Amino acid sequence: MTVFDMAEVSLRELNQALHDATDGEFEVVNPRGAHAVASGIDSEISVTIDGPVGYYCAGMHQRGSVQVNGNASAGLAENIMSGTVRITGSATMSAGATGHGGLVVIEGNAGARCGISMKGVDIVVGGNVGHMTAFMAQSGNLVVLGDAGADLGDSLYEANLFIRGSVESLGADCVEKELRPEHIETLRQLLAAAGMDADPTDFTRYGSARTLYNFHIDDIDAELAGGAS
Amino acid sequence: MCGIVGLFLKTDRHRPKLGRLTAAMLHEMRSRGLDSAGFAVYGEGTIGTSRITVLAEGQEPDWAPTAAALETALGEPVALRPMFDHAVFETTGDSGLARQWIIDHVPGVSVLSHGRQIELFKSVGDPDLVAEKYDLASRSGTHAIAHTRMATESAITTNGSHPFVTGPDTCLVHNGSLSNHNQLREQLEQHGESFQTENDSEVAAGYLSWRLREGDTIDQALEAALCDLDGFYTFAIGIENGFAILRDPIACKPAVIAETDDWVAMSSEFRAIAQLPNVDDAEVFEPEPARIYTWSLEAVPA
Repeated sequence: MTVFDMAEVSLRELNQALHDATDGEFEVVNPRGAHAVASGIDSEISVTIDGPVGYYCAGMHQRGSVQVNGNASAGLAENIMSGTVRITGSATMSAGATGHGGLVVIEGNAGARCGISMKGVDIVVGGNVGHMTAFMAQSGNLVVLGDAGADLGDSLYEANLFIRGSVESLGADCVEKELRPEHIETLRQLLAAAGMDADPTDFTRYGSARTLYNFHIDDIDAELAGGAS
Repeated sequence: MCGIVGLFLKTDRHRPKLGRLTAAMLHEMRSRGLDSAGFAVYGEGTIGTSRITVLAEGQEPDWAPTAAALETALGEPVALRPMFDHAVFETTGDSGLARQWIIDHVPGVSVLSHGRQIELFKSVGDPDLVAEKYDLASRSGTHAIAHTRMATESAITTNGSHPFVTGPDTCLVHNGSLSNHNQLREQLEQHGESFQTENDSEVAAGYLSWRLREGDTIDQALEAALCDLDGFYTFAIGIENGFAILRDPIACKPAVIAETDDWVAMSSEFRAIAQLPNVDDAEVFEPEPARIYTWSLEAVPA
């Protein structure tokens, strides 16, 4: 186990060392809300961060695993490609944004726009998610054990949104859908991977009504008025 | 970009070091705006007096004749604390009358703040140097708000720096940009508000000032602001006995709040909060969009 104390080591030195490593375990102490901690990892390393991190922690993450024992600020695991990112606390806005693959686990709450434009990542949130979560989500699974804020899944394409609690409101073109056996199986696997104890049948699935996919000439008046059908 | 910080001390424990804690928070937000900075500190002054902070931008005048003339005008003693281009006049007289007298009789001087508790300093330049020049670190008190500015909507001047005053003991810092400030400025001018800059945040301050003068509580004024202000904003607002936070309904501009038994802190980024005492015990959360958060002291010295 290699320990980096951010009171003594610069962010650039830390990230360079993590990029140079090909395997092994690393611990980061005293992050004090610094930005871009452990971003750009691309190997099978395991990194534990003790304390709160700032923006873009574990951004562009591939392979390997990052665990934050604390809270994270905006853009946690933004554009994650593969591997695992887990935080024991809460994340502010845009957690898992644009992620293509891998697993993001937030044990606390996630703020606004969690999973915005997600493209294949799986995100599991132990608490609640904020407004405009999964905005324009394209692929992947979002699992929320708590409640969802306003405009869930606005303009989404093909992601599955599984919410156990209440939903303040659904965004444009997002609708409740049937929870079929294959979804229950997906949920069971994701909950197990995230280490969350919940009954898959307690969740409601939301997805795209697919009415915004194509331009319809009948909608031209609404389009010109700035609305959507 | 811009960075904002607010620190509200619920108990006596850290009040002697309010300024030092606020300066450390401001330092962490330097990278969000190096154009200018400012801070407002509450609860430092002598009980039973009012204070008026004034600015003569680009000058370092002899403030003593102004203090003497103000004393004559008010018929009450006026103590003077000059600080370069700023000065604080402390008096047992009425701070509103003092403010108007200075506006009417002292050309080239702007009134930055007036009230029983507030003192306000701002300047162009590196936030650390601004904090050092106006001695933020040595100040005590109950609460403070501060701002680092990356200018977008108007020129880099001291008067265009935050905080902006919104009335007695009330001021505002803003991260964001308002899109209807020109129209709103015209409307507010018709209601009797006057503006010193082309700055959008000053319009937000003027708006709250107008609502408060019309008799709104701070909560009512902010509720109305949600309807009438168009644009992006995270506001931190200092009031005589507390502070308030409001984000627009989309909430693109960042904000984080941390609260312990002793203090409430708010900032654009957590790293400004990370070194506060007992931060590990704090409840940390992101303020929700379009929700008004307020904290107030139970008893304020009269």
